[in-house]
Amino acid sequence: MREAIAEAWKPLVDELTVSRMGSLHGLKRGVASEPRPKILLAAHMDAIGLMVTGISEGGLLRFYRVGGVDPRILPGMPVTVYGKRELPGIIVQPPDSLLPAAAKGKPVKMEYLLVDTGLEPEEVRAQVRVGDLISFATPPTDLSGDALSGHSLDNRASVAAVTACLDELQRVRHAWDVYAVATVQEEESLMGGFTSPYEIRPQIAVAVDVTHAKGPGASDWRTVPLGKGFALDWGPNTHPVLFEAFKELAERLDLPFSMEVYPSGSGTDAMGMQIVAEGIPTMVISIPLRYMHTPVELVSYKDIARTGHLLAQFIAGLEPVFLDKLTYENE
Amino acid sequence: MTNSQPTTNANRHAPVIGVEQIALLEKLCNASGVSGDEREVRTIVLEQLRSAGGQAQAQPLADEIKVDPLGSVYAIRHARKGDNPLRVMVDAHMDEVGFLIVSDEDGGLYRFTRVGGIDERVLPGKMLLVGKDHIPGVIGAKAIHLTEPGEMDNKIPLDALRIDIGPGGGKVKAGDWATYATRFKAVGPSFIAKALDNRLGCASLIELLRAVNASAALDHLELLFAWSVQEEIGARGARVAAYALDPELAFALDATPANDLPAHDGSENMIYNTRLGFGPAIYIADSSTLGDPRLAQHLIRTGDELGIPYQIRQPGGGGTDAGSIHRVRAGIPSISISVPGRYLHTAASVVRQADWEHSLALVWNALARLDRSVFSGERG
Repeated sequence: MREAIAEAWKPLVDELTVSRMGSLHGLKRGVASEPRPKILLAAHMDAIGLMVTGISEGGLLRFYRVGGVDPRILPGMPVTVYGKRELPGIIVQPPDSLLPAAAKGKPVKMEYLLVDTGLEPEEVRAQVRVGDLISFATPPTDLSGDALSGHSLDNRASVAAVTACLDELQRVRHAWDVYAVATVQEEESLMGGFTSPYEIRPQIAVAVDVTHAKGPGASDWRTVPLGKGFALDWGPNTHPVLFEAFKELAERLDLPFSMEVYPSGSGTDAMGMQIVAEGIPTMVISIPLRYMHTPVELVSYKDIARTGHLLAQFIAGLEPVFLDKLTYENE
Repeated sequence: MTNSQPTTNANRHAPVIGVEQIALLEKLCNASGVSGDEREVRTIVLEQLRSAGGQAQAQPLADEIKVDPLGSVYAIRHARKGDNPLRVMVDAHMDEVGFLIVSDEDGGLYRFTRVGGIDERVLPGKMLLVGKDHIPGVIGAKAIHLTEPGEMDNKIPLDALRIDIGPGGGKVKAGDWATYATRFKAVGPSFIAKALDNRLGCASLIELLRAVNASAALDHLELLFAWSVQEEIGARGARVAAYALDPELAFALDATPANDLPAHDGSENMIYNTRLGFGPAIYIADSSTLGDPRLAQHLIRTGDELGIPYQIRQPGGGGTDAGSIHRVRAGIPSISISVPGRYLHTAASVVRQADWEHSLALVWNALARLDRSVFSGERG
């Protein structure tokens, strides 16, 4: 994944490096005199998936989850097993007759699900070891109304938005240095969200992630409309001055948006970035996405493009003096 | 006996599986053909019968080719020798389980219902193709982050699921059928695809017919091939086909579950139904019929004498077109032979190529040795 993103970013940035923990850092320098302030745009590039825990009789694989996975979405899903070579496979649920009597008719627990690679047991044992990763393999598919469905759009949709921002910045003068960062292991421990800002020490950090779009089974206050613009997230990981600045900009650009409130943690890299070193003012921008953490996540291309445009225009409007505004009114 | 040499030279002329045969199977599996909507499969079958899939100057594969009032396809290959030849029906159903759109709920969301036996637990998170134009859609599921405590202990009810074709909507309407979007894959010794139940049978009939034309081994039989409709919802097409074709006996070629997975507690799995890699499954008894014992013995003898692997399907539930055919007219001795397949009726099933090859060899040779003396044995 890092290589694919590096290829896309290479022509768009001045410097491309890989952090000690594996995050990708792309620097696009601003035009202000040094020392220039820095803004960090973080989009995590990892995705949820599975990991081999054992090879059972018949060469079928047992597995556990990496990140939050509802086992009820798994039976019948195409996957790729990263053994010595990449093996296609499918996740299967054994018939009830082979499961404990109490499990009959119930969703099959992850410990009983299996991956079938179609290969003979000897070949499976030669190719696969405990600890090998398994990714979802649903092919990305365009849907009607400018929508895209597939796996891992959490958070590749945001990587795409950051890429669109870098692309727009080729044609826009900006004073600040821009660090585009594709972070690692957000779904497990926010590892990249902690480590990259420590190394870069930005004055502003923006987490770009996905949020729950309204759809079947999802309509409460935690959801926003799909295809009607990004969400600006308001809550304890959001610096109020940044929120206001992004909100005013979205209104000025006539970009549709929702406001999303979160009472505690935003569930994004911002939770890590905010508390790095002496603390960093952070903002959270979210792309609405249906069916999060399933193999058929669904996003609107328009929302991705709007997010990229908002980020680029925000950066274009940043003067060095903006730093002076990043204060609290009663300071 | 199992390692003895073929007693006739018929075996040499049995259909073989190569690149072209797999390509045809792929095309058949990827076609949408939910029970009641077998049009795409019928088109492929007719193309093969009439022009070997569209090749110029190809001869039709049969003497008579027709489509019946329900949409089943018949191909009759007359005997080339003998008076009063034995009339043999070879049947495979064309339809697959799937979905039917029930109502449009706006914004690209559609309520749907199941067609045929589908476990609702395998539906969330699947990609589908909807309607004649194969409009892509997905069956999503609520994000795990939004589930309530305890919610994951219960299955997601069908009523809570929707087909989502994207916020643009349009183009899909109530009454459209939908199938899984899974595309066929050949992997090592296996095929992974949707609808292997029973496009394998559909392909088998075509390959048998092709082989019939390339050899004299089956010239003594009046061969009545039927690609029938609506098996998954009550084996309806085969009933009508058997009446129309009026055979003296029938073979139904199908796919049957291989539940040969490890048991959860490591105990021996004694209820596997069939097992991959053990050859075609001969039916002795299912919930729709007892396979005609004379035909079962004929198949078993053929397998034993020619060294063709086979397995006896564990007697139990399930049913095939044989369940309909055997009660038609004054009764038609019938039997099923199935390729074992894991995870049938889900988005992706798995079969072994060798099991398909052996099923073709078994049926071919059983036909080559077949005459009315088969009825002189005990009916049981």
